[in-house]
Amino acid sequence: MAKTLENSMKIRLHRGLAMDRLFFHTTRIFAWAVLAVIAAIMVSLFAGAAPALKKFGWGFLTSSAWNPVTEDFGALVAIYGTLITSAIAMLIGVPISFGIALFITELCPHALKRPVGIAIELLAAIPSIIYGMWGLFVFAPLLGDYIQPWISDHMGSLPLVGALFSGPPLGIGILTAGIILAIMVIPFMSAVMRDMFEIVPAVLKESAYGIGATTWEVIRHVVLPYTRIGVAGGIMLGLGRALGETMAVTFVIGNANRIHASLFAPGNTISSTLANEFTEAVGRMYTSSLIALGLVLFLITFIVLAMAKIMLWRLSGQRGIHV
Amino acid sequence: MQKSPLKILALMIGIALLCIQPPAHAAEVTAISGAGATFPYPVYSKWAAAYNKETGVKFNYQSIGSGGGIKQIKARTVDFGASDAPLKPADLDQSGLLQFPMIMGGVVPVVNIPGIAPGAMQISNRLLADIYLGKVTKWNDARIKSENPGISLPSRNITVVHRSDGSGTTWIFTNYLSKVSPEWKTKVGNDKSVAWPVGIGGKGNEGVASYVKRVKGSIGYVEYAYALQNHLTHVKLKNRDGGLVEPSSKTFQAAAANADWRHAKGFYMVLTNQPGKDSWPITGASFILVYKKQAKPDRGRAVLKFFDWAYRNGGKMAESLDYIPIPAKVVQLVEATWQREIKDPQGNPVWK
Repeated sequence: MAKTLENSMKIRLHRGLAMDRLFFHTTRIFAWAVLAVIAAIMVSLFAGAAPALKKFGWGFLTSSAWNPVTEDFGALVAIYGTLITSAIAMLIGVPISFGIALFITELCPHALKRPVGIAIELLAAIPSIIYGMWGLFVFAPLLGDYIQPWISDHMGSLPLVGALFSGPPLGIGILTAGIILAIMVIPFMSAVMRDMFEIVPAVLKESAYGIGATTWEVIRHVVLPYTRIGVAGGIMLGLGRALGETMAVTFVIGNANRIHASLFAPGNTISSTLANEFTEAVGRMYTSSLIALGLVLFLITFIVLAMAKIMLWRLSGQRGIHV
Repeated sequence: MQKSPLKILALMIGIALLCIQPPAHAAEVTAISGAGATFPYPVYSKWAAAYNKETGVKFNYQSIGSGGGIKQIKARTVDFGASDAPLKPADLDQSGLLQFPMIMGGVVPVVNIPGIAPGAMQISNRLLADIYLGKVTKWNDARIKSENPGISLPSRNITVVHRSDGSGTTWIFTNYLSKVSPEWKTKVGNDKSVAWPVGIGGKGNEGVASYVKRVKGSIGYVEYAYALQNHLTHVKLKNRDGGLVEPSSKTFQAAAANADWRHAKGFYMVLTNQPGKDSWPITGASFILVYKKQAKPDRGRAVLKFFDWAYRNGGKMAESLDYIPIPAKVVQLVEATWQREIKDPQGNPVWK
């Protein structure tokens, strides 16, 4: 009797161990698959871009040419457009997201908390093509007819920044693309920031209020230091999205392969160039140059995310917490 | 006898195998697939619907762009490819492809100047090229004024609008500009997308149309159908024989009628800047690409059957969408070429 019980327990134990091993290996395969996919993307991008990189070398990054007829290609205009539109998006988006998140967690009446939070999550779910169409048909005319002329009149003659706001107010261009991107990344960033602010222990805040701190002081000296890693992460998430956004930008950026001092002028980003030209690119050098552009975008995103990670490590190191 | 689950499974597999076993003689082709140019997509899909009703054969066309169509047919993933720009005869020979024209249409310059009615303004060949080169930048430029006496033109800046995506429409338009302006030919050239000296780019015909509608003082180029549907202001052009023409199916047909298809090797024919006083100078044809050697003759025949049907019955539908059908004389030439050049693996003609 005791013998059979022992045996059956042994069998159960063995089966359990086997299942554990199976589970371990299966999940390990999934994890490795992610790395394998990234490696495969890198390899195929490099292989596809090889002819263009061989022909143009490092000059590909610094040349502003993009001429399918003579097969002379360079990435400078697209890189410039990508970085500038993302910078505008961050400049506008970060403060606004910050404000939204603070309002919801710290200042908002309780009854309003949920509706506003849900509305922001819904904004994040709108497909980017909708933003693009809204940008082209609704926002660009408003911007071109009312806002840009006003900016031109009031800021166009200022020294240094004046050149940024000169030129004909078309309503379509780098600035429009940047603003649309800002609207698109705000829900992402504010949702992350809100979640971060919510985990600040109430006892910390209440202690600060208790010793007579104002709302701003509580936010500045308690909430922000406690959550800065998460906030930085949210900003990076938004930046990643802004760098790669395709359709909405293609609709409103004007798609011209030129670098212009004015933000009102049309430009181009890496992803919009790809969206516009990939289907009709015939010829090895043309296709290869487009893939090389894709590689550049991949590397830019990679560098940005890597820098963000390093920054987070530094921040957490200073505070003696390891995340 | 008790039936074990295994036996039942085996029985089911057996039945399934019986069902999918091909019949002894060649299967009826029920679906053909193609990919390519976006410009003829509306008319192809209209034909496809009508053909499906009549014969039950499905015609699946992906409008992914001419370049994509050429890539797909070269990779043999589709039964036929479609391109707005004709392939050069040498390129056709190298890849073993046959090309024939399927439908024609016109590209129309459109403007947005307050107070100017459609067709009220005229622009000569050279002037249009110089506007697109960025050499003429104001609407009240002396050269525009001298061609349009009696029209009051504002001192607005000219905003040039072009396609941002690679496109057969751009190919036709820049082909025309290269023919009428030596400077355009050397500085910019002729392709599906070019290095535009000035202007902003809209994605697709609808993108250009909406930019032109939105920006006052702009000029762009779109397919005729888009100009009509969006109520854009077209301009008159002066053609090669000095005739002043408005875009219409009549002037497109005039351009097509004067084309010498008989002597065009591999049907390599560009319809821009054609002779004739009534010819619209920016007319183009859209082409179909099929393999000369058909590994599956049944499929090849089904494809040709569809296009034959479209040549014969599709004219009215094409005209209702503002396209120009291929003239009957040219259809005869095309079908004679099918018979002569498209072979099955044994060397017998696929089209009889």
